[in-house]
Amino acid sequence: MEKLNVLVVDDEPGIRSGVERILRNFTVGYPFMDQDFHFNIIEAETGEIAIEILEKERIDIVLLDNKLPGIDGIEVLEYINKKKFDVQVMMITSYASLDLAVKATNNGAYNFMPKPFTPQDLKSSIENITKHLFLKRMTKKMNTEGKQIRFQFLSVLSHELKSPLNAIEGYLRIMEEKQVGENIDDYKVMINRSMERINGMRSLIMDLLDVTKLESGEKKRRKKKLDLSEIAKVSIHTIEPLAIQKNVKIYLDCEDQLIYEADSTEIEIIFNNLVSNAVKYNIDDGKVYIEIKKSNGQIQITVEDTGIGMEKEDLEKLFQEFVRIRNIKTKAITGSGLGLSIVKKLIEFYNGEITVNSEPDKGSKFTVKLPLQA
Amino acid sequence: MTNDKRKILIVDDDMDYLTQLEIQVKRFGFDVIIAESQKEGEEKIKEEKPDLAILDLMMENQDSGFILAYKIKKAYPDVPVIIATAATSETGVVFGMDHEDEKNWIKADTYIEKSMRSDQLEREINKLLKI
Repeated sequence: MEKLNVLVVDDEPGIRSGVERILRNFTVGYPFMDQDFHFNIIEAETGEIAIEILEKERIDIVLLDNKLPGIDGIEVLEYINKKKFDVQVMMITSYASLDLAVKATNNGAYNFMPKPFTPQDLKSSIENITKHLFLKRMTKKMNTEGKQIRFQFLSVLSHELKSPLNAIEGYLRIMEEKQVGENIDDYKVMINRSMERINGMRSLIMDLLDVTKLESGEKKRRKKKLDLSEIAKVSIHTIEPLAIQKNVKIYLDCEDQLIYEADSTEIEIIFNNLVSNAVKYNIDDGKVYIEIKKSNGQIQITVEDTGIGMEKEDLEKLFQEFVRIRNIKTKAITGSGLGLSIVKKLIEFYNGEITVNSEPDKGSKFTVKLPLQA
Repeated sequence: MTNDKRKILIVDDDMDYLTQLEIQVKRFGFDVIIAESQKEGEEKIKEEKPDLAILDLMMENQDSGFILAYKIKKAYPDVPVIIATAATSETGVVFGMDHEDEKNWIKADTYIEKSMRSDQLEREINKLLKI
């Protein structure tokens, strides 16, 4: 429940107490707001007092009479406008000439309410002004958050792109100066690490292209009937070289001709990411179990590994962009930190969900649920 | 070499950069202590006092290097700290120490670019160790 502070500026005590009485138990709520708004009334009998209050307190709405003993209401409005207070102003006046109305509107007054007004007049005006205020603040908040996310994305991205370049450059310098020996074999580890970093960078760039396509909405979704067991097999085949190196065995449990209607590239991205993670973050001689089945009107895909697993606090961050779980067990594994964020976005396109269970040193299990279309 | 085997702590979560720095700094004639995370770095400074520290900026936290620098200076005010970073003006992320309050908060003595040549790095270290 949120309280909005309403400042009533009027020299007539009857108006001030009337507003207080009408709004005391009044609430405004719209389906799109998380909570209802209540109103707290603050009174000012002159424009000078009003300015003093505006400087000191957080005011959300001002109900402003124009004809006041000292400075006019319009001058208070000009002051609010000049100071850029985040408030909505409604003029309450019985002497609303066109000239005044124009001047007030130019200075950002939201509305006019002629005196005398009925409780219902006041309530519906307050309702409108509250909605307006809420939407305006929401828009502002969303714009700032959006910019921040963008900036964060770029700064992390440039870091992720520069790190491999620096690593490779560093190794090349060491080789150039022959710092650890005369023989090429003395540099074997460095050459292998450089290759590894190049691969990491390449996969980052590929993933970035996927992200860009997803975000720009440029990618045309070409849906057709897919045999999921076929896609899983292709994916396993792609990962095989790495699996052989680590002696990881991959088992697939899936009935033939399990048909799902989707874009084949997108389903491949999902499988490739999950299966390659299950191999990459596995132990040597480990195992990967893939199960695909149809149940309760949905396709359920599980990819389970016997790998290094994750701590509980790591799981929460897992699907965010550029999040890589950094610890002693993952330090030699390269990755862009984008794969799972892409997978999650894609699954959401199909109104599905992805969840993960994991235990350190036991392994992780990713479960994908995709609803079957009617 | 003119030094008496002073100890340099290097903290970086990029195993390749860590390896490279270790090779270089050892070639300059120093002893090296390495740590692969902010957390491990904190443990290492509890165990022993290095003569100088070279810290990566972004590790577990975006500002791990700053946090670690702060902790080192708190425990050993006389140990010079170098922060090594890949973030530069090109990437839009710049860290300066032009203002007095920044200097007080960010307790690093100097910043280096991760792509710095090894002779420049040696000069920076020697300058801070007054060699």
